[in-house]
Amino acid sequence: MTATDPTAPAPRAPRSTVVAELRGATRIYQMGPTKVRALDGIDIQFLEGSYTAIMGASGSGKSTMLNILGCLDRPTDGQYILAGRDVSDLDDDNLSGERNRRLGFVFQAYNLIPHLTVLENVEVPMEYGGVSPGEARVRATRLAERMGLGDRLDHRPTELSGGQQQRVAIARALANDPVVLLADEPTGNLDSKTGLEILSLLDELHAQGRTLIIVTHDPKVAARADRTIHMLDGKVQRIEERAS
Amino acid sequence: MTGRRLVSLAWKSLWMHRLRSLLTLSGIILGVGSVVAMLAIGEGASREAEERFRKLGTSNLLLASVKPPQSDEAGESRSRILRYGLLRKDLEGILETIPEIRRAVPRRDIPVRARFGEREVATKVMGTTAAYADVANLRLVSGRFLTPSDGHARMAVCVLGDAIARKLFLSVDPVGQELRAGKHYYRVIGLLAERGEGTGGTGGMGGESDNAVFIPLETMRERHGDRIRHVTSGSRSYENVQLHRITVEATESSEEVVSRVGAALRSFVSVRHPDGDVRITVPQELIRQAKESKRILSIGLACSGAISLLVGGIGIMNIMLATVVERTREIGIRRALGARRSNIVSQFLAETILLSVTGGLIGLGLGVLVPMLVTWLAGMATVITPFSLILAFSISGLVGIVFGLYPAARAADLDPVEALRRE
Ligand SMILES: Nc1ncnc2c1ncn2[C@@H]1O[C@H](COP(=O)(O)OP(=O)(O)O)[C@@H](O)[C@H]1O
Ligand SMILES: [Mg+2]
Repeated sequence: MTATDPTAPAPRAPRSTVVAELRGATRIYQMGPTKVRALDGIDIQFLEGSYTAIMGASGSGKSTMLNILGCLDRPTDGQYILAGRDVSDLDDDNLSGERNRRLGFVFQAYNLIPHLTVLENVEVPMEYGGVSPGEARVRATRLAERMGLGDRLDHRPTELSGGQQQRVAIARALANDPVVLLADEPTGNLDSKTGLEILSLLDELHAQGRTLIIVTHDPKVAARADRTIHMLDGKVQRIEERAS
Repeated sequence: MTGRRLVSLAWKSLWMHRLRSLLTLSGIILGVGSVVAMLAIGEGASREAEERFRKLGTSNLLLASVKPPQSDEAGESRSRILRYGLLRKDLEGILETIPEIRRAVPRRDIPVRARFGEREVATKVMGTTAAYADVANLRLVSGRFLTPSDGHARMAVCVLGDAIARKLFLSVDPVGQELRAGKHYYRVIGLLAERGEGTGGTGGMGGESDNAVFIPLETMRERHGDRIRHVTSGSRSYENVQLHRITVEATESSEEVVSRVGAALRSFVSVRHPDGDVRITVPQELIRQAKESKRILSIGLACSGAISLLVGGIGIMNIMLATVVERTREIGIRRALGARRSNIVSQFLAETILLSVTGGLIGLGLGVLVPMLVTWLAGMATVITPFSLILAFSISGLVGIVFGLYPAARAADLDPVEALRRE
């Protein structure tokens, strides 16, 4: 990997820096008279360049945690510190800014915008980040080429295979050089061969120093991460570390 | 996001559903189009009317004899002499009793058949005085108009309207020729310019000078007396009418003077002619009425235009609400990628405004085209005022904003997590 690789994260502080941290994070859903504690006092840190998998039964709180980590939701109680800043009480505009600048999302269903081309999809986060159209075009092209989509730049999502669509989604997630890349079942809609390709792409990003958090129920997927957080009823049941 | 990007994005999305967009637009198109077209037609009609009334002279007041409705007992009327209308002493009375009058010019009309050589046409001889050309705004193309001495000497001379001259004399220069009107001969001393006056709207008050043969009033009285014979489909009837018109010219054309003279004339007429056989027409009042009715018409048109724009706006809002539901997931994706609420509002608002402004532009085109067609096909005058274009167009833009805000706000208020979950 060269230093100009667009998928590589910008050089940041040394490896032991905490880039994201939940402190007693709790999320309560009010369902009429009953309260659902979807997250129940989570304390956890994510180090710069780490690769974390989150596993657990359905309803254990994985998506809720990922939403909070992704600044799509706020904890009812406790704190979320992202890149050294407490974002638990930010208003909607500031949270949008955090998502735009520091976070990248990869979804199970790719979630590309259907009427936009590959390049335009990759440009979307840059448009909201105030990057000039000219520069956005250059960066989007480089990212898409890096993802092996050089000959698909003007295609629409429906003209692409699932694996190609997920590559577009990854390129888009990297558009603003995020601090953390969040992925929710990124291989869930792919056949195993294509899934493996996407996983090795993620491995590459990890190797370049990108911080990854991935929700999965597939142990083989989780096995690629440095550690696996096992969730149960909104709590961390256990953490499994692996030597990387 | 830049404004240009916003517009191109909005355009793309509208173009993708172009049929739907066009259908949505029809309300705005018809609203804007009808406002512009109707205003143009209304404006044209009222200017035409004003122009016609203005030709009658803004300082003039016109008195006309009106035949009273006949108690039509058939057979009896054959031998009766119908006596009605303005009298010579009315003319004197007006000049003596009403102030602020410069002059009052009489006219008397007798239907005759006019003849020159082999050609014969039905026309009217109009007996009048020298001042008539001036108060009625008649222009001569050759020769001269009647003079006071023509009247004093009971000269057998006439001045011809443009149309009748052409019908009788074709290419011959009529001035100096003799024509026969009824039983009498007249030497043509002058030829009038074409007036092109319609009769509609002015109740014939314009004077029909294009088809008239003007002779001195005194000559007419000497030759015809006060009795006029009408021959209609074999049966004969007689009328005794001393004067058919008196054109009263006020000293000024200001509204106060003209309306004072008008009031005085009305009371004069109500005393001398209580049976309603004399009608008063005040061109200046007609102009005012034409303006007033145009104003009312414009208000009516504006209201109907506003209603169709409102309906169009509701149509747009309806479609935009459906679009928001349809694109909920896209909204969720954009929010996840860092769009603020305001970005989402701008995006949807840009679409609605673009939609309604496009409709406005098409509507303007329609609104300009229809009056042109009306002018071309029906020969009606139409006037497109820049004001109506600006008004209709800015209202269509406003409709976009007003009816776009709510759907846009709905889109922006979607919870990102919820929106992403939606299929
Ligand atoms: N929007 C919501 N409203 C109410 N309850 C919710 C909502 N989202 C999640 N929950 C509840 O919170 C708990 C955790 O859900 P979730 O985080 O989606 O679990 P997982 O992703 O691990 O399947 C579940 O009991 C779920 O029913
Ligand atoms: Mg889930």
